[in-house]
Amino acid sequence: MATQTLRRPRRSGRRVARDTLRSVVIHAVLIALGSVFVLPLLWTVVSSLKEPGAGIKFPPQFFPQTFMWGNYRRVFELIPFVTFFRNSVLITSISVVGELFSASLVAFAFARLRFPGRNFLFLLLLATMMIPYPVTMVPTFIMFKQLNLVNTYFPLILPPFFGPAFSIFLLRQFFLTINMELDEAAKVDGASEFRIYRQIILPLSKPALATVGIFSFMTYWNDFLTPLIYLSESSKYTLAVGIFYLRSFRGGNELAFQMAASVMFVAPCIIMFFIAQRFLVQGIVTTGLKG
Amino acid sequence: MAGVQNIQSRAELPPRRLFRLTNRRREALVGYLFLSPWLIGFLVFLAGPMVASLLLSFTQYKLITPPIWIGTANYQRMFSDDLFYRSLRVTSMYTLISVPLGIAAALGVALLLNQKIFARGVFRTVFYLPSIISGVAVAIVFAWIFNFKFGILNYFLSFLGISGPNWLGSPRWALWAFVLMSLWGIGGNTVIFLAALQGVPQELYEAAEIDGARAPVKFWRITVPMISPAILFTSILGIIGSFQTFTQAYILTNGGPANSTLFYLLYLYKNAFNWFEMGYASALAWVLFLIIMAWTLLFLRTSALWVHYEGGRDR
Repeated sequence: MATQTLRRPRRSGRRVARDTLRSVVIHAVLIALGSVFVLPLLWTVVSSLKEPGAGIKFPPQFFPQTFMWGNYRRVFELIPFVTFFRNSVLITSISVVGELFSASLVAFAFARLRFPGRNFLFLLLLATMMIPYPVTMVPTFIMFKQLNLVNTYFPLILPPFFGPAFSIFLLRQFFLTINMELDEAAKVDGASEFRIYRQIILPLSKPALATVGIFSFMTYWNDFLTPLIYLSESSKYTLAVGIFYLRSFRGGNELAFQMAASVMFVAPCIIMFFIAQRFLVQGIVTTGLKG
Repeated sequence: MAGVQNIQSRAELPPRRLFRLTNRRREALVGYLFLSPWLIGFLVFLAGPMVASLLLSFTQYKLITPPIWIGTANYQRMFSDDLFYRSLRVTSMYTLISVPLGIAAALGVALLLNQKIFARGVFRTVFYLPSIISGVAVAIVFAWIFNFKFGILNYFLSFLGISGPNWLGSPRWALWAFVLMSLWGIGGNTVIFLAALQGVPQELYEAAEIDGARAPVKFWRITVPMISPAILFTSILGIIGSFQTFTQAYILTNGGPANSTLFYLLYLYKNAFNWFEMGYASALAWVLFLIIMAWTLLFLRTSALWVHYEGGRDR
């Protein structure tokens, strides 16, 4: 504050001019860079409305000449889009519910309960976040194969019910910020731990639960490798795998149809992003800085 | 005063202690009960499979017949497996280029966003939005964008007088196409860096200015040390993620042309699920695990030298 008032009189006209120039340059660079980032998105949307054959036209045209809204309907005819969509919604929602339930229980234990080995187990949890998925991929597949569960949804929806480490960590960080005296007071009143979890911690953690819920929604909605490994029957495909196979369906290798399918595939994520942008940014910041 | 308290608490000690002990035991039991989803998951989906994967890596196992113990043959096989070397080289090159480049770009954008600008929220959204779009959709879209003849990337490059390469069709450029594509997803790191930058106390810059420090000095002596924890975090996660690149490679090139984009996980996947070489795939998985561990430990161990934690080292 003091330095500000000291410096102000020294701001000469030249300095003001320099600051203005600097600001103009910064905005120009940001707008240029931002355009490069927006361009692929914009191109995807406008390409979804182009006429057939637009993908192999030279020179390529950025904007369609006529808007072919019917492309979207054609996608439904080319692939069983509704089935894929329904499968994705089913798998994703079960997984998100499972992840929120299990991760919040475990995070509650790590943040609010005392038991021997807590610190060691928490370190173990952090260490497991470093373990790459491929290490367990093959034996897990063999296990599900022995159980005759390949080509069912169980390999996709069971793991979320068993406490994914990243979400546990995120929720635990949040639970730690809730005043401990609330638990003590509830305990004095004779509340059980489950009741404290259910009626004090969860209601106070809605923003954190929303963050974790959105993150896991995006993870499961977009997951490609797991359904690719486990689902062999095309009627069971999720949308992520389904839109990839669009190009191998007859008539599917067409720019406009692939873009239309992609738009419909990412739409739920984008909508969710705009609804919950605040939570998402907060969540990234928490994991990134307190990690 | 203190004596009175002492006597009081000592008088109460025997019954209270008994109660406390059972209470503590009960609390421990409840604690493990709450923990049980993760404990079961850890055993069934992590520790168990990891041990199984280690054991399998010493066998030949093609799913239809029981596994045969072959000792270290799978590991020896890697030494003479050209595709193994190729996939390791592709993945390492990609990591060494895309991770530092991505972090530098994310930091650069975050520095710009941290200036006095209009509509910061809008710009932040613009840079962040692509990173939430999944690998599948990104790969499908970029397959068209990178098209040699009809793609818009080369079309735009032609305005600048550059005749663009056959991105996905030439062994020389294919990996660079993947690097370019990865740069589109720097938004997550940008948001992390922006938050870190906003946490740097302004007084530090003001003090430095009074001492006559110029912009580069301020950047290297204040900004970088102050946000070094975020750099460490994004580097480690970047390397872990980069070594597991799969979806884009599977969709865009399936390893081609001439194996120039045969990413490690893609090669592992093909061994396991196309050729049913479960034993060899497990050995590959363990080597990948050790590589990632080595990188992570390297970063964590050397972090004491370059990561600055506010308020002391052990946080």
